[in-house]
Amino acid sequence: MQELRYAKVGSVDDAVAALQEGGPTARVLAGGTDIIVQARARARDIDLLVDVKGIDEVMQLSFDADGGLTVGAATPCYQIYGDAAVREHYPALIDCTTLIGGTGIQGRASLGGNLCNSSPSGDSLPVMYVLEATAELAGPGGRRTVPAEDFCTGPGRNVMQPGEFLVSLHFPPPAPNSGAAFLRFIPRNEMDIAVVNAATQLRFDGDAVSWARVSIGATAPTPLLVPEAAAALVGRPLSDESIAAAAAASKAAARPIADMRGSIKQRKHLAAVYTQRTIAIAADRARG
Amino acid sequence: MSDKIIVSATINDEPTDMLVSQRDSLLEALRAAAGALGVKEGCNDGNCGACSVMLDGRLVNSCLVMAAEVEGSEITTVEGIADADHLHPLQQAFLEEAALQCGICTPGFLVAAKALLDENPDPSEHEIRYWLAGNLCRCTGYDKIVRAVQQAAAGTT
Amino acid sequence: MVTTEKPDYKVVGTRPIRHDGVDKVIGRAEYGADIRLPGMLPGAVLRSPHAHARILGIDTSRAEAHPGVRAVVTSADFPSRQGEEGEVGRADNVLAHDKVLYVGHAVAAVAAVDLHTAEDALDLIDVQYEVLPHVMDVRDAMLDGAPILDEKLRTANPDGSQGDTPTNVAQHIRYEKGDVEAGFAAADLVIEREYGTTMAHQGYIEPHNSTAYWSKDDEVTIWTSTQGLFAVRDAVAGMLGLPVKSVKVEPVEIGGGFGGKIPDYLSAPAALLSRKTGKPVQLTMSRKDVLEATGPTSGTHLRVKIGAKRDGTFTAMQAWMAYEAGGYPGSPMGAGTMCVFAPYDCENQLIDGYDVILNKPKTAAYRAPGAPASEYGAECVIDELAEALDRDPLELRMQNSATEGTQRADGFTYGPIGHEECLQAAQDSPHYQSELSGANRGRGVASGFWFNIGFETSMAAQVQADGTVPLVMGAVDIGGSRASAAMQLAEALGIAAEDVKPHIVDTDSVGFTFLTGGSRTAFANGWAAYECAMDIRRQLEERAATIWDCAGEDVSYGDDGVIRGPNDEDGAAQEFSFKELAAELPNTGGGIVGRADVSKTSHGPAFATHIVDVEVDPETGKVEILRYTAIQDAGTAIHPSYVEGQMQGGASQGIGMALNEEYIWDEKGRMVNSSLLDYRMPTALDLPMIDTIIVEVPNPGHPYGVRGVGEVPIVPPAPALHAAIYDAIGERMRMLPMSPTRILERTLPDDD
Ligand SMILES: Cc1cc2nc3c(=O)[nH]c(=O)nc-3n(C[C@H](O)[C@H](O)[C@H](O)COP(=O)(O)OP(=O)(O)OC[C@H]3O[C@@H](n4cnc5c(N)ncnc54)[C@H](O)[C@@H]3O)c2cc1C
Ligand code: FES
Ligand code: FES
Repeated sequence: MQELRYAKVGSVDDAVAALQEGGPTARVLAGGTDIIVQARARARDIDLLVDVKGIDEVMQLSFDADGGLTVGAATPCYQIYGDAAVREHYPALIDCTTLIGGTGIQGRASLGGNLCNSSPSGDSLPVMYVLEATAELAGPGGRRTVPAEDFCTGPGRNVMQPGEFLVSLHFPPPAPNSGAAFLRFIPRNEMDIAVVNAATQLRFDGDAVSWARVSIGATAPTPLLVPEAAAALVGRPLSDESIAAAAAASKAAARPIADMRGSIKQRKHLAAVYTQRTIAIAADRARG
Repeated sequence: MSDKIIVSATINDEPTDMLVSQRDSLLEALRAAAGALGVKEGCNDGNCGACSVMLDGRLVNSCLVMAAEVEGSEITTVEGIADADHLHPLQQAFLEEAALQCGICTPGFLVAAKALLDENPDPSEHEIRYWLAGNLCRCTGYDKIVRAVQQAAAGTT
Repeated sequence: MVTTEKPDYKVVGTRPIRHDGVDKVIGRAEYGADIRLPGMLPGAVLRSPHAHARILGIDTSRAEAHPGVRAVVTSADFPSRQGEEGEVGRADNVLAHDKVLYVGHAVAAVAAVDLHTAEDALDLIDVQYEVLPHVMDVRDAMLDGAPILDEKLRTANPDGSQGDTPTNVAQHIRYEKGDVEAGFAAADLVIEREYGTTMAHQGYIEPHNSTAYWSKDDEVTIWTSTQGLFAVRDAVAGMLGLPVKSVKVEPVEIGGGFGGKIPDYLSAPAALLSRKTGKPVQLTMSRKDVLEATGPTSGTHLRVKIGAKRDGTFTAMQAWMAYEAGGYPGSPMGAGTMCVFAPYDCENQLIDGYDVILNKPKTAAYRAPGAPASEYGAECVIDELAEALDRDPLELRMQNSATEGTQRADGFTYGPIGHEECLQAAQDSPHYQSELSGANRGRGVASGFWFNIGFETSMAAQVQADGTVPLVMGAVDIGGSRASAAMQLAEALGIAAEDVKPHIVDTDSVGFTFLTGGSRTAFANGWAAYECAMDIRRQLEERAATIWDCAGEDVSYGDDGVIRGPNDEDGAAQEFSFKELAAELPNTGGGIVGRADVSKTSHGPAFATHIVDVEVDPETGKVEILRYTAIQDAGTAIHPSYVEGQMQGGASQGIGMALNEEYIWDEKGRMVNSSLLDYRMPTALDLPMIDTIIVEVPNPGHPYGVRGVGEVPIVPPAPALHAAIYDAIGERMRMLPMSPTRILERTLPDDD
């Protein structure tokens, strides 16, 4: 573990101040399941950990039917998947929060940490993208809101400015006749980083798909929204052909690298497979 | 250049003051400053579960918690599972089912399994396997561990 | 359990709670990293970032000047650098001397006031390297013109001659029996295939650790996680140039080994640091160190060719096998060559094996070392033969099975063995008898062989007045061997297992005992316990004779633990229970100690047959195990739960090796997946229950018929999975691991 200091803050303003003062080597500590590993491996230059878990807003979880769901940036996974409203209205969030790490990791890992770590394979990111989540940031200049899909700019990189941090994530209430799902491919059944992951949200108007979003991860420097895949689905009833077209669009959009976790060919292929599989589950969920 | 701080927490029901470095993990603090040597290190990066402890009622990997974070917290380690004169049913079941060989993973499995049964007293085999997937055992192939948890669950439900 | 007839044992075959169990479930068992000594300093090890480089110089001055640092050592601190050759104690592998031979090779070690400071100081050690070209593939390493790791190395040839040019091939072994050319000519069908396996790690959950204290009078005491207390003592004494009497190794609990904790990596540097600081020093490895710098098993390249008649008889078997040894010679190639066709009886065999050094960590033993790779090749070819001949794969194996009297190519002739019994038990098992249906599902079977070994074991047991029997031994307990030794002693004395109190003691307190490994411990401990018991029985008979004032031969010690003498003056029977006689000891001459020093070679070979059902997701290449049954000849199962546990654990390691575990390297020779996140050992969610069928064909060379059970179960999983995957999707996967990536590579159309 590199030499570092620990500071706990109790308010958003204190957090901003601590981060500003600490400069680029000060980092937010949420669940620590990425940052502590990185600090120990001396993979990043870190000399101050700013623990934001003492800030109520950062630890919240609240839902109302009109406003939607607000999840504190550091609210741990187990709390999210243990929540009845999330279970009822946001099953895709259950999909991803129940498979990040093992039970012990889920006791600490947060959506905010997953997003701010900005890994191309972060499992909650495609879900945020298709659920049209927004990220609320606080910084020296006050607050701003960024759509989740605009947040990441590259592996480990994002739009946060010096002194800025993520306070919460907001998910709009699900529209009627809509459904969403997330899946990933890993070689084991748990405890792996996604080789490819995917999420889909669909809305139906009668038989026809009226709106769709498809996102794939671990196939590019950031997770991708695939509008071509959505377009292949919208305006017609779901069919083998439209699903195949959406899957093909995902495959075409994927521009993965080969690494120890998978080959290019495998990842492109899996982007199609998982697009197809999430569409099927999302459709089932939309139809209740 | 001392970066040392004192962290006060309740460990296995004992109020404990730990003198730690700011860069110590909870795992390091428990082993060095609190003498809880039953908490094991297998990987130090969240992948083996040997360091599993309960932190304020929640199962965590203590290697991925900073010691400084636990000020005022309640922590339970394997040393805190049995009461003064009885083994916990899980401990008994692990012995009866031969659910340990080398035993290095055992403290982590016991803490994790107890967390499971506290939350879900009658888990299915799949639920047990899913819950324990963050705890690696290289000796047993898990068969007897899963059976021990099933046995303890049957005895407690 | 499938049992041929068996004596009526009272303790053997029961399932008592192990003696060391309670400490292990309450967190009190003391493992190596739990050692705390007054004044102890932690330390850290600097490791090579290069796969192959010459060390031009090491400057430790900045590190030494760092606040909190107490000492730094390099290979220059070894008094002689004369460590014994071979895997146990090679000083150059412990601290590199002139060259680093793999990424992770230890270069220097630091002791400091705390671990963070020691780690910080590593950055301050300046090592000047001349980077050399490296070689990572065993076939490349064998080529002329390959980068040479050791200019002095010459091939040891099968005829005893030495090669005359620098090479990476340390040894070539050949076993020949009959005439393979004629055998292949007589065959109706010949199948020849190539296979590859990658390095795989033992994956014990406890990282290596060692604590050493070098006292002012040059006595060195070591506490380390090892499979062999005496092996460490001898290796460390050799490396440090000390007489063996100056080194004492204390027992600690060991958190898994599987062969990988035979070599010692940390004790010698810890001792050198202790000498410099005057304090005990503790070194522990990170998981990355464990994966990068301790011995995994070899990756291999194999060619296997088998000929058969139309009726299924094998007419010739041939294998060519190259094993990666890592940076120094000493892969398990030798055992691999002896095992490759060991389950079968075939007149004509030719086996060539090569031990090849390259820029990977020095390999160490791993459960049935060498056998999983070589037998994988052979068993896969046999599965193809069964298909081509349209034969049930168990039946074809049965037809060609080795039996009592079969001679292996290496010359060994079997006594009573249980391969046929395993095959029959597999055939009769509910699993094999069940129907498997459903798309993309398949079933596979395979057999495996391992020798098991004997060697020296020493024990002493004393009878206390309350009738309990403390038993001291020198063999480390990795998975219940205290219990099995205690049970065999109890059986022989006719007492309860709970009345024996087994202890593992330091190297000064018990006679020389070979390491725990080679599936020898239950076997050899059993022999020693038995002889200890016989010694006690003789002494108790004498004592009873004194009490009864009769001749020694008039007293007999029964297997039921009752000591019977002649009738007394009134004609009444005189007898003592064990406890009664024990109570008399203090008044009749004092306690009794039974001793045994055994070195037995009557170990019995072990065979296993496994059955597996899988479902393959054709869209992802992922293999799900639906059902698994492991069948194995244990000779006699002393404690059936621990025999089952060994079978299940071995099977799961074999499954890991077969499906997902591998070392992945970048172009610079660095392991890129050196964490348990990406070195993918099976989790609880990846395995089903593993059913076991224990076959008992007693080993006639053991008082209780024990064969040793630990190793053979790792052998059959890979070929059984190969066969099952083929049955499911029609692809023969000839490279391990059969990962989703590899399966998809085969099944995806090129334009996909
Ligand atoms: C064993 C293991 C298994 C894992 N498995 C998975 C998996 O299956 N899928 C997956 O996606 N990930 C996985 N991860 C990675 C990790 O758990 C997740 O990315 C997790 O969501 C991170 O959340 P955290 O709260 O722990 O983040 P932290 O580690 O606390 O923070 C992560 C990063 O985000 C920054 N950060 C955190 N919160 C904020 C904030 N509010 N504002 C600004 N910056 C912030 C931190 O400074 C740091 O750079 C795994 C990790 C481990 C150790
Ligand atoms: S040591 Fe914490 S999970 Fe392995
Ligand atoms: S019993 Fe050895 S790792 Fe589980």
